[in-house]
Amino acid sequence: MSRLRRSLTARRGAWAAAAAVALLLPFWFASYQVFQLATAMAFVPAIAGLMLLTGVAGQVSLGHGALFAIGAYTAAIIVERTGAPFAAAVLAAIVVTGAVGVLVGLPALRLQGMQLALVTVAFAVSLPPVLLRFDGLTGGVAGISLPPVVAPAWSGLEGDQWAYLCALAAAFVSLAVVAAVLRGRLGLALRAVQADELAAQAAGIDVARAKTLAFAISAALAGGAGALYVFVVGFASPESFPLLLGIAFLVGMVVGGTGSVAGPLLGALFIQFAPAVAGDVRDDLGGIVYGVAVVLVVLAVPGGATSLVPLARRLARRPAGTPFVPHQEEETA
Amino acid sequence: MDRFAQQLVDGISAGAIYAALALSLVLIFRTTSLVNFAQGELALLSTFVAWQLHAWGLPLATCIAGTVAVSFVAGAAVERTLIRRRERHDHLAAVIVTLGLYLVIDGLVRVIWSADVKRFPSIFPSGLLELGPARLSWQSLGVLAVLAAVVGTLALLLYRTRVGLAMRAAADRPDACALVGISPQRMFMLGWGLAAALGALAGCLVAPQLFLSPDMMAGALIYAFAAAVLGGLDSPLGAIVGGLTIGVVENLAGSYVDWIGPDLKVLVGFATILLILLVRPQGLFGMRWTVRA
Repeated sequence: MSRLRRSLTARRGAWAAAAAVALLLPFWFASYQVFQLATAMAFVPAIAGLMLLTGVAGQVSLGHGALFAIGAYTAAIIVERTGAPFAAAVLAAIVVTGAVGVLVGLPALRLQGMQLALVTVAFAVSLPPVLLRFDGLTGGVAGISLPPVVAPAWSGLEGDQWAYLCALAAAFVSLAVVAAVLRGRLGLALRAVQADELAAQAAGIDVARAKTLAFAISAALAGGAGALYVFVVGFASPESFPLLLGIAFLVGMVVGGTGSVAGPLLGALFIQFAPAVAGDVRDDLGGIVYGVAVVLVVLAVPGGATSLVPLARRLARRPAGTPFVPHQEEETA
Repeated sequence: MDRFAQQLVDGISAGAIYAALALSLVLIFRTTSLVNFAQGELALLSTFVAWQLHAWGLPLATCIAGTVAVSFVAGAAVERTLIRRRERHDHLAAVIVTLGLYLVIDGLVRVIWSADVKRFPSIFPSGLLELGPARLSWQSLGVLAVLAAVVGTLALLLYRTRVGLAMRAAADRPDACALVGISPQRMFMLGWGLAAALGALAGCLVAPQLFLSPDMMAGALIYAFAAAVLGGLDSPLGAIVGGLTIGVVENLAGSYVDWIGPDLKVLVGFATILLILLVRPQGLFGMRWTVRA
């Protein structure tokens, strides 16, 4: 078998194995861990969207926590007010947040790197007070509480297991969407824009359209993730969506790596479990763990966790005596 | 009318705080073209160190002076170890490293000193100055006076000394200045050191009003960014003017615009940042950049 064929088969095998393990997890673990895993799965689409916008298109957004919040509240309000099924609420959240993404993306076309980061920070900081103010709609400080998830009778599952499996399915769908986008013309256009915007424009790429699309898709994913989150957790309040959440998504994206769609999966697991583990050692250690991880990754392993596999393979393959060059590019998954 | 005058004065008082923080942001941007998201936390850490020294019995002025000196060294060290590697136009990596720094320092401060609110003594006399119908505290006046002195000194440094010229050269064209014997790396270290020292001073100046705690900077940070953007990210004078303007506008908007009220004042910061960056990105006093392909 050619090396390419071997590596493709290996990748597909790895994904299949991961999917199998993921499906079985809820039956091995206790209820609370399943809940935590479900929450982590809810983060995956947000980080995947961020990867598309920031990792590939180079548009730094620290506001994805706010977009996540918009999706969460949209879904929560719809379910609370109309009793519609959650699937419909998730769809609505995706559409609404995608529209917000377009609104945000339009002025963003005129902003350079640091400026965009600043604006998104301001956006993220401004949202919780606005949520608190419109308390007729959002429930103010108390937020919105939804009844806990009940698994359908035919499944024979517990509520938390059902929630986890739904979140898992949504996470994998979002990763497939991002992978498809990256493989297609938009992905190519975005990579070109990040590499050299002027050259991309000269090559005939409609930069404004590509960036706006990236914002829309990325926001829609974040909104869907937010709706998923509120489905799993059953509660949304302004305090659940601080600036730190947007920062955490960015941390997850960097630590997981932007070279492969496995990155958001690893990143989501990291941001959910690392602070919990660190918190067991000592309170408040969670933030330090995030910060140290992110700085270490940027300095030592810029490709994130998912770049470690091709890195290890390269290390194993090179004959003795060749110099080690750490920052070569590898194909995406 | 009396109330308006007092609101104005309160706005100036808050603005002094934003101006102090904005100044160190501007200094880093001026010397290295980076927006340092960790600026507030670095200043906070320095302030905690000063507080700790004072709690151990050292006189206040010594603590502040010592902390400023140590912060200078620490800022230069941070630049050398963490920021140095980042290429000048690699915004994402730079943003992420400063965010990582923010997270680490925030966590560190919480672990070492806990979340309790602490009293930080003021080096200015307590009491109020009567300005017609309004009252301004000596604390606020003192902060403004120190800031004015700092801006003056900075202007002298940047525009009247060889070192200042070298720093400006390094910020403007790091590749070219290496050709004339200026080490851009050294100038960046210097810039970060100065900004950290300034941040430490700013933190110690505002802590008496804001009360020292890990969350001290959180409320002011967005306004500090807005102030820096309004004044122009590369203008120290702009930081002061921007800070005072934001303070006054935010306060007046909170009091007189019913729809905003005290809780949505942060929208003033957001709107400022957005509008200025879209309409006049160089702010009031900053320099216009034209990018050549």
